[in-house]
Amino acid sequence: MAQRIDVKDVNIYYGDFRAVEGVTMTVDPKSVTAFIGPSGCGKSTFLRTLNRMHEVIPGAYVEGKVELEGVDLYGDDVDPVAVRRNIGMVFQRPNPFPTMSIKDNVLAGVKLNNRKISRSDADYLVESSLRGANLWNEVKDRLDRPGSGLSGGQQQRLCIARAIAVKPQVVLMDEPCSALDPISTLAIEDLIQELKKDYTIVIVTHNMQQAARVSDRTAFFNIAGTGKPGKLIEMNDTATIFSSPAEKATEDYVSGRFG
Amino acid sequence: MSTDTTTKDSTEYTRALLTTAEPRRRRTDRIMAGLIWSAFALAMIPLVSLLWTVLFSGAGRMSVDFLQYSMRGIFGGDPSGGIYHAIMGTLIITGCATLISVPIGILVAIYLVEYGRGPLARAVTFFVDVMTGIPSIVAGLFAVSLFTIFFGPGARFGLIGAVALSVLMIPVVVRSCEEMLKLVPNELREASYALGVPKWLTIVRIVLRTSVAGLTTSVLLAVARVIGETAPLLVAVGVTDSINFDPSEGRMMTLPVFIYRQYSQGQAPCREDQVNCVADIALQNAWGAALTLIAIVMILNIAGRLVNRWFAPKTR
Amino acid sequence: MTTTDSPPAPVAPVRRRRSSGDTERGFSRTFRWIATGAGALILATLAAVALFLIVRAWPAMTASSEALAEAVPRYPDDTSFIAYVGPLIFGTLLAAVLALLIATPVAMGVALFISHYAPRRLAQALGYLVDLLAAIPSVVYGLWGFTVLAPVLAPLWTWLNNWFGWFPLFAGDVSPTARTMATVAVVLAVMILPIITAVSREVFLQTPKLHEEAALALGATRWEMVRTAVLPFGQSGVISAAMLGLGRALGETMAVLMILSPGFLYSFKILQAAQQQTIAAYIALDFPEASGLAVNALIATGLALFVITLAVNMAARAIVARRKEFSGAN
Repeated sequence: MAQRIDVKDVNIYYGDFRAVEGVTMTVDPKSVTAFIGPSGCGKSTFLRTLNRMHEVIPGAYVEGKVELEGVDLYGDDVDPVAVRRNIGMVFQRPNPFPTMSIKDNVLAGVKLNNRKISRSDADYLVESSLRGANLWNEVKDRLDRPGSGLSGGQQQRLCIARAIAVKPQVVLMDEPCSALDPISTLAIEDLIQELKKDYTIVIVTHNMQQAARVSDRTAFFNIAGTGKPGKLIEMNDTATIFSSPAEKATEDYVSGRFG
Repeated sequence: MSTDTTTKDSTEYTRALLTTAEPRRRRTDRIMAGLIWSAFALAMIPLVSLLWTVLFSGAGRMSVDFLQYSMRGIFGGDPSGGIYHAIMGTLIITGCATLISVPIGILVAIYLVEYGRGPLARAVTFFVDVMTGIPSIVAGLFAVSLFTIFFGPGARFGLIGAVALSVLMIPVVVRSCEEMLKLVPNELREASYALGVPKWLTIVRIVLRTSVAGLTTSVLLAVARVIGETAPLLVAVGVTDSINFDPSEGRMMTLPVFIYRQYSQGQAPCREDQVNCVADIALQNAWGAALTLIAIVMILNIAGRLVNRWFAPKTR
Repeated sequence: MTTTDSPPAPVAPVRRRRSSGDTERGFSRTFRWIATGAGALILATLAAVALFLIVRAWPAMTASSEALAEAVPRYPDDTSFIAYVGPLIFGTLLAAVLALLIATPVAMGVALFISHYAPRRLAQALGYLVDLLAAIPSVVYGLWGFTVLAPVLAPLWTWLNNWFGWFPLFAGDVSPTARTMATVAVVLAVMILPIITAVSREVFLQTPKLHEEAALALGATRWEMVRTAVLPFGQSGVISAAMLGLGRALGETMAVLMILSPGFLYSFKILQAAQQQTIAAYIALDFPEASGLAVNALIATGLALFVITLAVNMAARAIVARRKEFSGAN
């Protein structure tokens, strides 16, 4: 299921403003890659280019290549809708659909893709997705209640269940724990460790301890100043980044001297 | 290093995944986008058709004489009449309605923004909204009923129409002025209080002064809203062919009522040898008046928006 | 010192808390009373409208049917007052509901177009174009409907009558001039389109970005995103928008008066002339010539219209208000 992503010379724009420039990297399958860096360095923006969510914003566009198993996501024949189905995304704040029950939330993506799903298949999918998101035991008795009634951490796991129910190849997470309390954060981090057995996972985080705990490889982004584009400074095994980074800026950042 | 682990098979598999257009979903998406675009196009058809018709049919009748003469002594297909009396009537009655509505409307808006709390404010907010939905003809009936008490049945004069229009205009003024007053940042009020300025002076000198452009826009748009009202004036002010400048005495013609009146005249009987007789002069008059009315409404609308754009203080 | 003791709020709050009015001195207190009085005047006006209508309608509602038949033109013999108003209420509701059925789907399409489909830079200008429809006086709509629209629609109505004459709405003898309820409904639909569009557009624009992105990230197409995130969110807003439109259509006078060839039947034949009449048009047509008890009878029908529109508008506003509370709580 998991697939590799190769990024080659990507520049990202909001209108005339170049937000990120010159990123080249490889994201390995069945591993967790973390993006760290100070606020505004473009790490979230870059994450959103990996499943073409960036272009949802008016005036935003991307130069360069993002290849999934050698297929350019921005190629002419590629359907952005199919890209987003194969590369799932979890957002900073949990966003279950407020008008839908827990069950319908999990099935939301599937129903879009394949309207006719049998009842038993649907039940099986709901259970397996919720189990996959470590949420099944907490909600199995109230699947028909609205998803907005859950706690923040449960809502975020519901969103993860919703994302993996579509059976994506890659799961992108944009600061998935920043709105959660420490215990919920821990639950999500455990979940990430389990998910990496099946998926390629990319996570943006503000929290360096979190990056150190969950990721296999870490990419450090930085920005030279306001109005300047963000850049990928270095990328390496997480242990290397946190113990002996090659760049001075990385060392300053991970040791807490700025950002 | 990156490409050697990517096998040809997996590339093909991924390509298939990413380029599978599901025809049904894509078709639904296209069809819905098409429907939504055409909904907009459909909505534009009446607008374009209407404006074009008014311009085309009204321009033919438009002349200096048409704007300067009344219909007094004009019969049949005589094309020498004009709409001066109706323009004057419209300006006078709408002016009176504005004089009644604006002070009340702005005071109510001040009440709601600066003082409003508790059940009375909630009731006022709710019923202002409800009042915007009063049918215009009901407002006309109300004004007639009110004045009948003092002047007996059959009383018809400009002020009755002005009262009817005020009932329609006040809620519009309140609503939009309220929005404008809310835009005034609270810091400005507090700064004024901190200087020891009493509340009423703060409201008059700071709040109203800051939002004067917005209030002007609100008033102009509200005037544009009621200036085309026909039904209440039809029942409250009646019709006349003569010029009347006095809103407290006698019937008055207004542009909308003039349009309706001319429309209901129908074809004029013209003998073949008759000079100075135009069979469809009534309809032409109606279109000419419609063009004048729409021009006034558009000027008010544009003026309102320009005032707001040019004179609005930079509050945000 | 005299006024605000709440913490400073950055966004202008609707209501600030005050301790009491006792700290106000001099003209401040007077000014407060003037403003409050103006607020109370609104309630008084609305009450006065209801009161005067009732007082003036009362003689007609209590008069004998003989007296009414004598005084009121077109009053059917030997009928109660209810039987006299009934067909008018029916015609009013029929016109408004038909207009609503035509306008709501189009208005939703236009609202979605402006909020989610049109190019961002154009959206505001296009929205202004739709608002222009609301600025055109109703009497001009009447003139246009009579001279331009009716002749255009006549062949369409004939066609509907030919092929779908079995359907009750399209039955009967189709009117060659198209001065019928069907044409009126189309014109009314155009007239209420701006208000439905404006309210729906506001609600659609308020759809949280989070939910829209959630749908897109699941691989939804734009329409699927609208269906999963925007429409459920805007549902109650669209309902209240439609009810506001209904209120407008119920009270619209001139377009009906100028286009419809009136009748006084409980008839669903919207393609046939001389079948129905609405209250507002009936009043406008007969009031200028009426006197005595006929005036009271007309005001009584106006009272019926007032009550209907009041109910519809209050329901619509109540839905909007409840919606606000909900979104405020989240």
